Amino acid sequence: MTLPTPSAAVPLEVTDESVEKVTTSGDPKGGEGRSPGRLAWKRFKRDRTGVISACIVIFFFVIGVAAPLIAKLYGKDPYTTYASQDPSLLDAFSYPAGPNGGMSSEFWFGIEPQLGRDVFTFLLYAIRNSLGIATAATLLTTIVGVVVGVTAGYLGGKTDYLVGRVIDILLSFPSTLFFIAFMPVVYGIFVKPDDNIPTGLVVFSLIVVLSAFGWASIARLLRGQVLGLREREFVEAAKVTGASPMRIVFKELLPNLWTPIIIQSTLMLPAYVTAEAGLAFLGVGVTDPTPDWGVMIGRGATFYTEDITFLLFPGLAMVIFVLAFNLLGDSVRDALDPKSKR
Amino acid sequence: MSNTNPLLDVSGLTKHFPIKGGFPIRRTVGAVQAVDGLDFQVAEGESLGLVGESGCGKSTTGRLITRLLEPTGGRVTYRGQDITHANRKQLAPIRSEIQMIFQDPYASLNPRQTVGKIISGPMEINDINPPGGREKRVRELLEIVGLNPEHYNRFPHEFSGGQRQRIGVARALALEPKLIVADEPVSALDVSIQAQVVNLLQKVQRELGIAFVFIAHDLAIVRHFSQRVAVMYLGKIVEIGDREDLYDNPRHPYTRALLSAVPEATVDEEPRERIRLVGDVPSPINPPSGCRFRTRCWKATEKCATEAPPLVQVEGNKPGHLTACHYPETEPTIPAPRLSKDPEAAA
Ligand SMILES: Nc1ncnc2c1ncn2[C@@H]1O[C@H](COP(=O)(O)OP(=O)(O)OP(=O)(O)O)[C@@H](O)[C@H]1O
Ligand code: SF4
Ligand SMILES: [Mg+2]
Repeated sequence: MTLPTPSAAVPLEVTDESVEKVTTSGDPKGGEGRSPGRLAWKRFKRDRTGVISACIVIFFFVIGVAAPLIAKLYGKDPYTTYASQDPSLLDAFSYPAGPNGGMSSEFWFGIEPQLGRDVFTFLLYAIRNSLGIATAATLLTTIVGVVVGVTAGYLGGKTDYLVGRVIDILLSFPSTLFFIAFMPVVYGIFVKPDDNIPTGLVVFSLIVVLSAFGWASIARLLRGQVLGLREREFVEAAKVTGASPMRIVFKELLPNLWTPIIIQSTLMLPAYVTAEAGLAFLGVGVTDPTPDWGVMIGRGATFYTEDITFLLFPGLAMVIFVLAFNLLGDSVRDALDPKSKR
Repeated sequence: MSNTNPLLDVSGLTKHFPIKGGFPIRRTVGAVQAVDGLDFQVAEGESLGLVGESGCGKSTTGRLITRLLEPTGGRVTYRGQDITHANRKQLAPIRSEIQMIFQDPYASLNPRQTVGKIISGPMEINDINPPGGREKRVRELLEIVGLNPEHYNRFPHEFSGGQRQRIGVARALALEPKLIVADEPVSALDVSIQAQVVNLLQKVQRELGIAFVFIAHDLAIVRHFSQRVAVMYLGKIVEIGDREDLYDNPRHPYTRALLSAVPEATVDEEPRERIRLVGDVPSPINPPSGCRFRTRCWKATEKCATEAPPLVQVEGNKPGHLTACHYPETEPTIPAPRLSKDPEAAA
């Protein structure tokens, strides 16, 4: 074989190699590639705010998931009106008899005015329910947004035009107003006007309505990203080798879209927590006696002049959670997309 | 040149990109005539160079051959099979035989896939199971293109531009193609690395007997690589021929102009006259009538404006050397007629 292999290639390759060796020397697994995901994880670990926020967020989720277990160990539940068993817990005006909203070794976070329920377990279940609804809504929103956005971006043409107009319309709605107007309509479809609305239906409707208005922004973002990626040569390279559209979307495009998807959903979840609480507060979401953050804050707001403690716990918990989650979202964005400037 | 049984036969190939406009109802208001009636053949194992200025339709031609674009007209025949309008399913058996190498080594590799996945992807799609497994084959391919097989698990961002382009070559070779369309495979690379990659492609072409359509915008690189060269201007081939014929005896004024821009290869010759093309390339939306080069041609006449010159073997050309010009150049050497100092020589 007479190969005109260039001898000049050797030193050049060597310089390349040495550069690479220097940069990879910190990597314990020499042969293993530094995947973009692993690089992002490394960056994230260096971000103190992000790590602390992540711990707080994880703490809240653990509490939510383990709520029944914690309540069992603690020995109370959020529904029992302890004041009716022991009237001495409340004073003549139905406010907690003890100081600090009735906080004691028995009722850690005090007891609720009027009904005398246990605040600690009520808050546990409130976190559980609120996070559950927000998480489900985030997942549904993300899935719908990703599917619609990627499809519109990849297919282009008429589909894209149509989807684009729908997104424009949805984004121009004042969504909070619409939730308030829409929720009773949705209930009306399933339940007769004077019947009690089952909690399951309320939760289901909340998730559907939140997602129905939420998917547009993530779909628009992904559509734009796909429009850019679609023209990239690696997509053409896949086409030249005969890849099906499915394969191109799932194997070529989607791995490049995880960054915006993760960033968007981490920013979306705390927004849904507050939106859900807001709806409950306004009386169109989950209602008492179902434990819920918004329900608690709503009730707390009616008593706050006499018993600030009852408002303090759910309020503070929510502020801490939403703040931590937003900070986490920022850190995730910084880690995944270091070039983006806020 | 073997016209008898070409691997790839392109005839009358045309691509017009519609221009949409108008509000509120979008409609077609015009067309970019990116490629307008190309005829050429590529024989088995042969390398055809496709040269022309930016925007003359080279990439479009490459994308039409690989069927990334749907031709507006004409015919593309691969090994006697008409693939002009074949869909993905019909193309499946041929897909592995026609591959492409892209211009941009940064955009042509998926940043989220390891080199191993990038190169084994084509085998996976076409369900090819080489003896010893795909991973072994990928290592072989990495070795062939001059990369360390142990870098199997690395990601594209860990490689330099030249190395990335080698990965692109390995991906194209993974399916053992018969024809590779290389769209300016080195123009995005540093000059010092260009030669290495061209040499690699040359080695691949000779050893594996792969036919190439090698797209470039300057004649210098193609000279080393292609046995046959086609010169394009505004969507048309203006001259095509064997390398020696084209470089030693260019007949089309545009080919001369391009050649005069190629840096001097020999020192002992007295400095060659450079033909400076005046004006810009006209818009492919509204190309000049008749000969498309006439707006920049120093020999243009009435006839050039009314009658499009056919691509034929003009008098004095060797067989297979075709030129599309009413007044082909006759002087054997380069000096440009109009710019020549000696008017006698120009006549
Ligand atoms: N998808 C498209 N839609 C509309 N016009 C296009 C499209 N692709 C290419 N064109 C136009 O077609 C013409 C030829 O483009 P092409 O990319 O083939 O040129 P080229 O010879 O490869 O140029 P370069 O050397 O810059 O790569 C250009 O005028 C370009 O603007
Ligand atoms: S046909 Fe006329 S305008 Fe065209 S290249 Fe020849 S001489 Fe010039
Ligand atoms: Mg091009």
